[in-house]
Amino acid sequence: MKYLAQQAINALQLGSIYALIALGYSMVYGVLTMINFAHGDVFMLGAFFCLLLVALVPVPFWLALIVVMAATALLGTLIERFAYRPLRKAPRVSAIITALGCGLVIQNTTLGISPYARPMPRLLENATYQLGGITITMLQIVIIGVSLGLMLALDFLIRKTSFGMAMRAIASDRAMVSLLGIPANEIIAITFAIGAALGGAAGLLYGMAYPVISASMGITVGWKAFVAAVIGGIGNMRGAVLGAFILGSVEVMTVAVLPSTYRDLISYSLLLLILVFKPHGLLGKPALHKA
Amino acid sequence: MSFTNPAPFALRSIPFAIVALAFGSLLATSCQPAKPSVKIGINAELTGEMPAVGASCKQAAELFAEQVNKDGGIMVGGSKLPIELSVIDNSCKADQSAAAAQRLISQNRVLVMVGPDASSCAIPAGELAESLGCLMISPWSTNPKTTQDTQTGKPKKNVFRACFTDRFESPVLAAFATKNLHAKTAAVLYDVTSEAPTSQSALFKEAFEKAGGKVVSMETYSTGDRDFAAQLTKIRESAPDIIYLPAPYNDTPLIAAQARQLGIKAPFLGSDAWSSPDIIKLDTGKNLEGSYFCNHYSTEAATPKAKQFIADYTARYGNAPDDVAALTYDAMVLASKSISSAGKVDRTAVRNAMAATRTFDGVTGHFVYPEGARDPEKSAVIMQIKDGTFHWVSTVEP
Amino acid sequence: MMDGIKKHFIPLTLLLLGLVVSAVLPSTGLVNDYLQFVLISVAINAILCVSLNLVNGWMGEFSVGHAGFMALGAYASAILTVKLFPTAPTVLLFPAAVLIGGCAAGLAGIPVGILSFKTRGDYLAIITLAFLMIVKSGLENIPYTGGPRGMLGIPRLTTLAWAYFWCAVAFWVIRNLVYSKYGRGIAAIREDEIAAEAMGVNTRTAKLVAFVTSSFFAGVAGALFAHQLQFINPSSFDILKSTEILVMVYLGGVASLGGSLLGAGAVTILTQCLQPLGTWRMVVLPAILVVLMLYRPSGIMGYRDWAWLKPFFSPTPRSKKKKESNTTEGPQ
Repeated sequence: MKYLAQQAINALQLGSIYALIALGYSMVYGVLTMINFAHGDVFMLGAFFCLLLVALVPVPFWLALIVVMAATALLGTLIERFAYRPLRKAPRVSAIITALGCGLVIQNTTLGISPYARPMPRLLENATYQLGGITITMLQIVIIGVSLGLMLALDFLIRKTSFGMAMRAIASDRAMVSLLGIPANEIIAITFAIGAALGGAAGLLYGMAYPVISASMGITVGWKAFVAAVIGGIGNMRGAVLGAFILGSVEVMTVAVLPSTYRDLISYSLLLLILVFKPHGLLGKPALHKA
Repeated sequence: MSFTNPAPFALRSIPFAIVALAFGSLLATSCQPAKPSVKIGINAELTGEMPAVGASCKQAAELFAEQVNKDGGIMVGGSKLPIELSVIDNSCKADQSAAAAQRLISQNRVLVMVGPDASSCAIPAGELAESLGCLMISPWSTNPKTTQDTQTGKPKKNVFRACFTDRFESPVLAAFATKNLHAKTAAVLYDVTSEAPTSQSALFKEAFEKAGGKVVSMETYSTGDRDFAAQLTKIRESAPDIIYLPAPYNDTPLIAAQARQLGIKAPFLGSDAWSSPDIIKLDTGKNLEGSYFCNHYSTEAATPKAKQFIADYTARYGNAPDDVAALTYDAMVLASKSISSAGKVDRTAVRNAMAATRTFDGVTGHFVYPEGARDPEKSAVIMQIKDGTFHWVSTVEP
Repeated sequence: MMDGIKKHFIPLTLLLLGLVVSAVLPSTGLVNDYLQFVLISVAINAILCVSLNLVNGWMGEFSVGHAGFMALGAYASAILTVKLFPTAPTVLLFPAAVLIGGCAAGLAGIPVGILSFKTRGDYLAIITLAFLMIVKSGLENIPYTGGPRGMLGIPRLTTLAWAYFWCAVAFWVIRNLVYSKYGRGIAAIREDEIAAEAMGVNTRTAKLVAFVTSSFFAGVAGALFAHQLQFINPSSFDILKSTEILVMVYLGGVASLGGSLLGAGAVTILTQCLQPLGTWRMVVLPAILVVLMLYRPSGIMGYRDWAWLKPFFSPTPRSKKKKESNTTEGPQ
């Protein structure tokens, strides 16, 4: 029982990080029906920005979080403006390939600048607490707390503000929205920015949880988070969070019970199974688009 | 541009022209007039999982080449020929390592290939060196399969190494664990997708149990994994006396940090994959303090020859050489000696000269190559990480 | 049959000439081992590229799982040559192994094809991704094939001649498929699936044919790859490999035979040439791709082909001088 509870905490931590990244994928897909394959590398840059920042100016954790989120938001906006916006009218596939290309460029540039794995600076004192035989660290509490906080803030933004309403409107029918006088381009740019900011926050938290960072961590984690977003129904925020926690739990439980090589097999088989029976993900709705 | 009005032929043929030019340049570089020199190829892990290893390898090789060339070169059949180094990166990936070997052997026409260091790269490169008939000396690969023919189990003709194998290292560690650390139970956590840790773990388990201990937990992970909480929680349940962790220098601090966070207090035992000083840089939480590992040489217990090398290397690069650098230097010396005694720039002659080597005194100690063997018998050292540096603990003779 | 040979006399002789050249070239010493290695890689990548182009270009889907089919072909053929018949004469064994590799991959293409009946677009992309990861992960768990550490000791059977042969076969088959009735059906699915269905195109058959052919040739390429590198492990066939093939397809041009050849050749040769740049090589290539996508979203030779590849329409005996070229392509 204790053992399962411990693994549950591990699953919660992993799931929270996946959720932050998956939200980025879902937000962009929602407004542009485009899979932003560069998102995983934005996540990786979040960790590296933190490294850079702390090397220049020692700052406390919360300030680092804010600065990193701002920096990645800016990066996301730039990518959208220069790589994706010109391709709005082009076939969707070209946009996806451009995204892949951007991701590769970012990843290999970082690899070229920093081929070595780097230690992440310690921003938090890592206290451990024992709760009846289960160990929880301060770091885990912070990660889960910050992630949940950001998710709730995003949910509030989407459901209760007029900006969120504009986002949902664009997801419904982009052409109509411009006719109604809503600045579609700006809203899309801000959506990208928010998605990238969440990815950057995830990168920083991930770097703190697993303090050795390298330029190739974007691929593995990025793709997993993408899978999580799809499981929950890509385009749907709550679905992204749900999918992320499901994936996190499946991964942790698989490794807890079977040899680690089965982990990917089970996760992706689960994905395939869900897609065969619910082709639009658990919480997704079939989109009405022309073939 | 459309069908009825395509772009001018000149514009359309640009992409083809570029490709043709690129291929032409490859063709041209292969037809270089042969400057008399001794070509040695370095197949190193300059990027990827363990760039520190590749960097050490490259630096040591370049140091040796500089020293020899300052003197005029290697004496081959009466005249001195300078060394020409070709360094190719294999990104610590098996297929790129094979491609790099192919390029070095066929395109750059090297006489000897030194490297790769990581066993997962050395094994495929060895296959290629064997089928193309070029001498290969791996400085750091400890997996027995590198020098063994997979079909017959007999030693390969062209592949040698400059270090001891896991068959020697793992029992040394097991003996140290049982005798010096008085461990009765052990847990093992290793990367099942990589050659070196897998064979080391299997051999360690065998040796540890032969020495009277019991392995209570064998957990695995895959290359690139970052989260080991699940496996470490299982290890915590089994309450071992020590944990054997044959992971490379950039994964080990991560695993150690997570283990300590979960409340595991057992000491860690590592393989020679820990040997890069970067491991201490990456261990910001000082979780590896007090852990032991096995290594190929130690700067503290150095022979006069080794001290000279350490001084030269430190003067040239600013930091002390690690075991990869020392082993690469020894591999280069072995290669140049074989070329000298072969007397001509011919791959078969060089290979035969290497096979005829019986003993050798290098920076990393005394080598003995028994008849027909490709792996030297050498001594190993046990090191401890203490106060932020490596400390020599003991030397174990073969 | 004689009619067929007469009609295709020129291309057939040219192809045979190419075969003879590729068989003789290694022994002349004009191209060293390394260049042969590069040429064989170009051939293998060309097969991968043209087979992926069938699904991604002509059929307009987005399949990310091509490396999975390649893996199946590689492993199936390697099992044959290493484990089952290590001593059989290679002249017979190698083509048989490659064929069986292709068939294994082709068989795996059937369920993917079936899954594509209902799903399109991004969801199909994800299904193919899941397929790829399941294949890779599944192979990691099979100790018979060496598990995650891969299979060693595969004999070096891929020569320039064989690589050329299979490349020529792949291009021949796909060229004929694309300009046939099925091919038109496949192109129709790309344009507007519902309209195609309404016009009587059997979309299910067309999709199956496309997927199975595509995966068959991916398997063939995988078999050639395994016998060139002499060593395969599951991590050679991951999402990065699929991405490489995608880059080749979209760089060279979608729905284009010449484009596939160009893309494969360009990426393979440039990757080798730009070696001195090290990691920056992988910044330059995707950057070129991104710039290309911005100005020419369908690739360098997108939707277009050389005129001599397209069929002549000649219900009557054709006149000697004129060649009709018809236009069968998509949007500009």
